[in-house]
Amino acid sequence: MKIVVCVKQVPDAKDVRLDPKTNTMAREGVQSIMNPYDRHALEAAVQLKEQFGGTVVALSMGPPQAEETLREAVACGADEAVLVSDRAFAGADTWATTYTLGRAIDKLGGVDLIICGKQAIDGDTAQVGPGLAQRLDLPYVAYAKKILGCAEGKIRLERLMDDGYDVVEMKLPGLLTVVKEINEPRVPSLKGKMKAKSMKARVLTAADLEADPASLGLQGSTTQVVRVFSPEFRAERCMLTGTVSEQVEQLLEKLESLL
Amino acid sequence: MLKIDIDACIGCGICESTCTFGAIKVEDGHAVVGDNCTLCGSCVEVCEVEALTIERTAKEDGGDLAEWSGVWVFAEFRNGRIAPVSFELLGVGRRLADLRSAPLAAVLLGSGLDRQARELIAYGADRVYVVDEPALADFTDDAYGNVLATLAREHKPEILLAGATAIGRSFIPRVATMLATGLTADCTDLAIRSDDGVLLQTRPAFGGNIMATIECPHTRPQMATVRPLVMKPCQYDDQRQGEIVEVKLDPALLESRVKVLESVRSKDEQVNITEADILVAGGRGLESEKGFGLVRELAEVLGGAVAASRAAVDSGWIGYPHQVGQTGKTVCPKVYVACGISGAIQHLVGMQSADAIIAINRDENAPIFGVATYGIVGNLFEVLPALIDRLKEQRSGKAGN
Repeated sequence: MKIVVCVKQVPDAKDVRLDPKTNTMAREGVQSIMNPYDRHALEAAVQLKEQFGGTVVALSMGPPQAEETLREAVACGADEAVLVSDRAFAGADTWATTYTLGRAIDKLGGVDLIICGKQAIDGDTAQVGPGLAQRLDLPYVAYAKKILGCAEGKIRLERLMDDGYDVVEMKLPGLLTVVKEINEPRVPSLKGKMKAKSMKARVLTAADLEADPASLGLQGSTTQVVRVFSPEFRAERCMLTGTVSEQVEQLLEKLESLL
Repeated sequence: MLKIDIDACIGCGICESTCTFGAIKVEDGHAVVGDNCTLCGSCVEVCEVEALTIERTAKEDGGDLAEWSGVWVFAEFRNGRIAPVSFELLGVGRRLADLRSAPLAAVLLGSGLDRQARELIAYGADRVYVVDEPALADFTDDAYGNVLATLAREHKPEILLAGATAIGRSFIPRVATMLATGLTADCTDLAIRSDDGVLLQTRPAFGGNIMATIECPHTRPQMATVRPLVMKPCQYDDQRQGEIVEVKLDPALLESRVKVLESVRSKDEQVNITEADILVAGGRGLESEKGFGLVRELAEVLGGAVAASRAAVDSGWIGYPHQVGQTGKTVCPKVYVACGISGAIQHLVGMQSADAIIAINRDENAPIFGVATYGIVGNLFEVLPALIDRLKEQRSGKAGN
């Protein structure tokens, strides 16, 4: 089985803050990490490889430093690493991103399964997985929470729904997006770390993808950011002070009026 | 590409402080842009000497945009009922349609449909396209996507809205890709720009740390998904008139490469936390499953439902359907009691629009106090039992009378 895992290097979103006065991102101590959902995607791919044989290719679209994330992927079981990188890709929204990743997967060829994380924690759109499947005219299942089995060119799995889950069956080749419940990502093994150390990712540029320049990056995007701002929160607040019983009495009063 | 006019640049550094990605810096007296520039344009706006420009090749519209008009809402039908978010979307859709002087239509897919189209009209739709087929009894991305894309191509709505539910987030990106148009996910606000009538879509990014307003200027329809409980539905009016259009499509469109073998409803909770008026939520501050029991007790005595932060769910004290936040549910109850929850932004985005927020935390600097209507800084292992006891007293006192 040839499995491609899409991974993205993202700022650790929980540490990202916007200073409302200056509109700057406070970037001190904000690390770049592998998108957490992609760790689960990679683990799912490596487990399938261990069960059925094959190769796992970690694929990332990003600036040159995204190679660090691909290195991590190799340390955690990916066999190959491909970095799709070009200044022409900058400013890409999900439409331009799925075009670019689609061209890369076409270039790689012979792919049986593509696994993506549910969403990236910077953009938070969850659009690339389904969009990429559509670009490649492949079936897909989003929010996979458990892989039940794989046989005769079909994969059976549980897909998370708002009210529970569905058991579904998808023909391969196809694409999955995964949620965190699906597995516990492994930590890199010593062997993996050593392999990752000496690894050099294969780099694909816009020219390598034979990509249409008008479909790339900002130019190729269908959406555009108009402005970016800090979320505002309500100003009114009342701290209840005193001893525990005093605080509780005050709260009871407030609750009376609320309920 | 971001172009820097080095002669015009005075090296003042305003761009560097404005850049939300740390991609532009002042070096050797002038601005230098790095690889991670996303071309968002924030620096261009603030540069006082106009030294920065983003080169954009004039983009052509994808066809004659004037041919596209009307606001559409995808009405989600599952387990015998329309998901409430669909009515909320008709609420915002009604407002947008009126601003655009255009009709509001709903698209209803499913099997064994009955009064649902009338319900959608009562909630504001002028027209409902109904596709009632056995093949649509289960949700599949292929069939639902094919149907919605086909109808959109034929009738050309200018705006297409759907709920950011598991179903919406799964198939709407496929529809947007089929229609070669832009999609903005999880919008918290939708507005029409007065000078050109374009839809302005506002949404959180970076886990809610940043808000972005987005437009889709050159292609149609302008598509957006909206989370449940963000918008308000119109008043239900069963006297409202509207048109119901029953649609029959080529059966090939209803085929799916993915088969649904079984649908399993979660046994975990009869109460859907998004529908509760009172929520008592617990976080890391409760320290253990036993500690979390206080949250359950308080919920019970208040007659509310139990919710949780991601930390509590990850610790195994309660199941994922109770999780509130960026990666959980969005709730909007009358009262939200946050116990031992610090108030990380990823949690706040899921509950900040509650009517009243009560926070109990031992850290006076916890961000939760920034959104709480009433805050108690204290030890929740003292406060909660005292509160529970007093509420029980009150309750039995009332019963006694």
